[in-house]
Amino acid sequence: MGTMFARGLKRKSPEDGEDMEGGLAGARATPSYSLQRQSLLDMSLVKLQLCHMLVEPNLCRSVLIANTVRQIQEEMSQDGTWRVVAPQAAGRAPLDRLVSTDILCRSAREQEGEHPAPDVGDGHMADLVPGLAVVPSAQALRSPQSSLWEVDSSRENRGGFQKSLDQIFETLENKTSGSVEELFADVDSSYYDLDAVLTGVVGSTPSAHASGLQAFASAAAPPPSSSCRSDLGELDHAVEILVET
Amino acid sequence: MYFVLRRKSALQVKIQWGPMCIYFPPTVGAGGGNDIQWCFSQVKGAVDDDVAEADIISTVEFNHSGELLATGDKGGRVVIFQQEQENKIQSHSRGEYNVYSTFQSHEPEFDYLKSLEIEEKINKIRWLPQKNAAQFLLSTNDKTIKLWKISERDKRPEGYNLKEEDGRYRDPTTVTTLRVPVFRPMDLMVEASPRRIFANAHTYHINSISINSDYETYLSADDLRINLWHLEITDRSFNIVDIKPANMEELTEVITAAEFHPNSCNTFVYSSSKGTIRLCDMRASALCDRHSKLFEEPEDPSNRSFFSEIISSISDVKFSHSGRYMMTRDYLSVKIWDLNMENRPVETYQVHEYLRSKLCSLYENDCIFDKFECCWNGSDSVVMTGSYNNFFRMFDRNTKRDITLEASRENNKPRTVLKPRKVCASGKRKKDEISVDSLDFNKKILHTAWHPKENIIAVATTNNLYIFQDKVN
Repeated sequence: MGTMFARGLKRKSPEDGEDMEGGLAGARATPSYSLQRQSLLDMSLVKLQLCHMLVEPNLCRSVLIANTVRQIQEEMSQDGTWRVVAPQAAGRAPLDRLVSTDILCRSAREQEGEHPAPDVGDGHMADLVPGLAVVPSAQALRSPQSSLWEVDSSRENRGGFQKSLDQIFETLENKTSGSVEELFADVDSSYYDLDAVLTGVVGSTPSAHASGLQAFASAAAPPPSSSCRSDLGELDHAVEILVET
Repeated sequence: MYFVLRRKSALQVKIQWGPMCIYFPPTVGAGGGNDIQWCFSQVKGAVDDDVAEADIISTVEFNHSGELLATGDKGGRVVIFQQEQENKIQSHSRGEYNVYSTFQSHEPEFDYLKSLEIEEKINKIRWLPQKNAAQFLLSTNDKTIKLWKISERDKRPEGYNLKEEDGRYRDPTTVTTLRVPVFRPMDLMVEASPRRIFANAHTYHINSISINSDYETYLSADDLRINLWHLEITDRSFNIVDIKPANMEELTEVITAAEFHPNSCNTFVYSSSKGTIRLCDMRASALCDRHSKLFEEPEDPSNRSFFSEIISSISDVKFSHSGRYMMTRDYLSVKIWDLNMENRPVETYQVHEYLRSKLCSLYENDCIFDKFECCWNGSDSVVMTGSYNNFFRMFDRNTKRDITLEASRENNKPRTVLKPRKVCASGKRKKDEISVDSLDFNKKILHTAWHPKENIIAVATTNNLYIFQDKVN
């Protein structure tokens, strides 16, 4: 399995007679490759969504993980296993839409009734059903209110990850047109750019490094912080500080 | 007349012809990574395995003479060690490094607007060349750079007229004579004081600082921007590189390291998370967004995987002392680039190629994001970098030989020669080899430093600093 990922190549359909780089043509068509690729995607999403306690996340790490997710998405789009329904707003072609890098921690004010990330995240990893392709529904994609983490069924889980990815990458979009920008309109933006505020929010905890290598399937996601911040109360507090100064 | 060439020791060569003979003492690194026998010299730090997070060493740097060795840690402290003067009688070892000064450089801060803590961890220390009796260094955390002055005080004035020795003021009516206070020797006191604080110029996390060869300016680099400062001016800095996209959703690449050229004060390089290095000339324009040179090696298609980009991300870039070459460190290798050739490195050394088949696990446990540093020896003939399991590697550029050594307390008798280590990638493990699956990935050597003139190296494990020297007969 480890070898598989070490040599994962650009996939072409098995019917193509063309020579591929590296010669693992057959391997890439197997369900096992799809499963592993999906697992890598899920792992990457979990890494991106973990909120760090208090310290600003490592931007380099976030960018590299996001680029990995994008690569997987591109490949799955080419395979046809990534079916993205066209969004109602914003006239972007679904297959061309690559995920953006700006990922935000899902804060409590974004979604009511959010499950604590840690428990559900781990539950998700265990619930993956092999071989299922990602088939999100249009409503799920565009609904910001829907919970990030869902435990209903395995299919739902799969859709949940797709939802979460898009929701995460769209949150910035929503924010830029939302109240946050108005909130900071009067603030001197030289130090507190909107993007500076928003990019600061994402987190990933430094994972508990296992000593020795762990089998891929057995490792749990690193325990994320229990405190995703920036709820409305803190926002009000921040406004108070600004107003007073 | 005949020549006799005798290798007197690993360190000396004697050439004799007739009654005449001359000795060739070694230049630094002449023996090469393998001809040098590295010996344990000292270890600093706590002995117990329970590592306090604040004690984790985050940077190591020798000063320009090599007499001082500074370390920074996660708790925001700087500890400076000083080499004692060599004992003329017992010249079988070079001077030991002892604590010279310890001070709290940075404190944790809280950014109220973002509701985020700013870590006090020292990311980098850079020494200024010595101009007078005092020493100066720059230390930085994620957001703020500070210029520290470290000075010695070994005299104090005594014999004040109006004050007692303990500082209390004397009753003026008891003063009947007038005397001149004199300086008398006192126990050496080393004081560190912050002389400049360069703050509020970085939105993102500072990863590098580099002092220009003009010794008046320096650069600081964060994930997306590089700023140029004057050492005397703290309320202004010039932005010289900005790779932040207008739309943050389009961000795919960040700056990972930056350094000024050692001789050309107009030239600097910065590396990226996509494995490229850009060389910029500040004379070309105020904002150096267009590089003068772009160094990038084409990807090897047979090694392509989902992790290709991550492992190509450059974690460190260092110019050679000569300024002719630069070295980059990515996850699996060290590359030497000739500044005159952009399309590929002139030398590539594999640090731990056996990890290539384990990349998925290393991605899972986040080790794939570890940022290893690298360094040159004084003569640019040997390069060194760290690995896992407290191993570190040296590559001799002339002999093309390499060696793997371990920083561990098991070898800590002074002048014990370190035994080379070997990792068994697959198949039958020979005696004394260690298999890849037994490697401890929590024990990583990210920071190493080489004395600018001698074969003395400082290697930082998680919370210990090891000092090794070459064997002196």
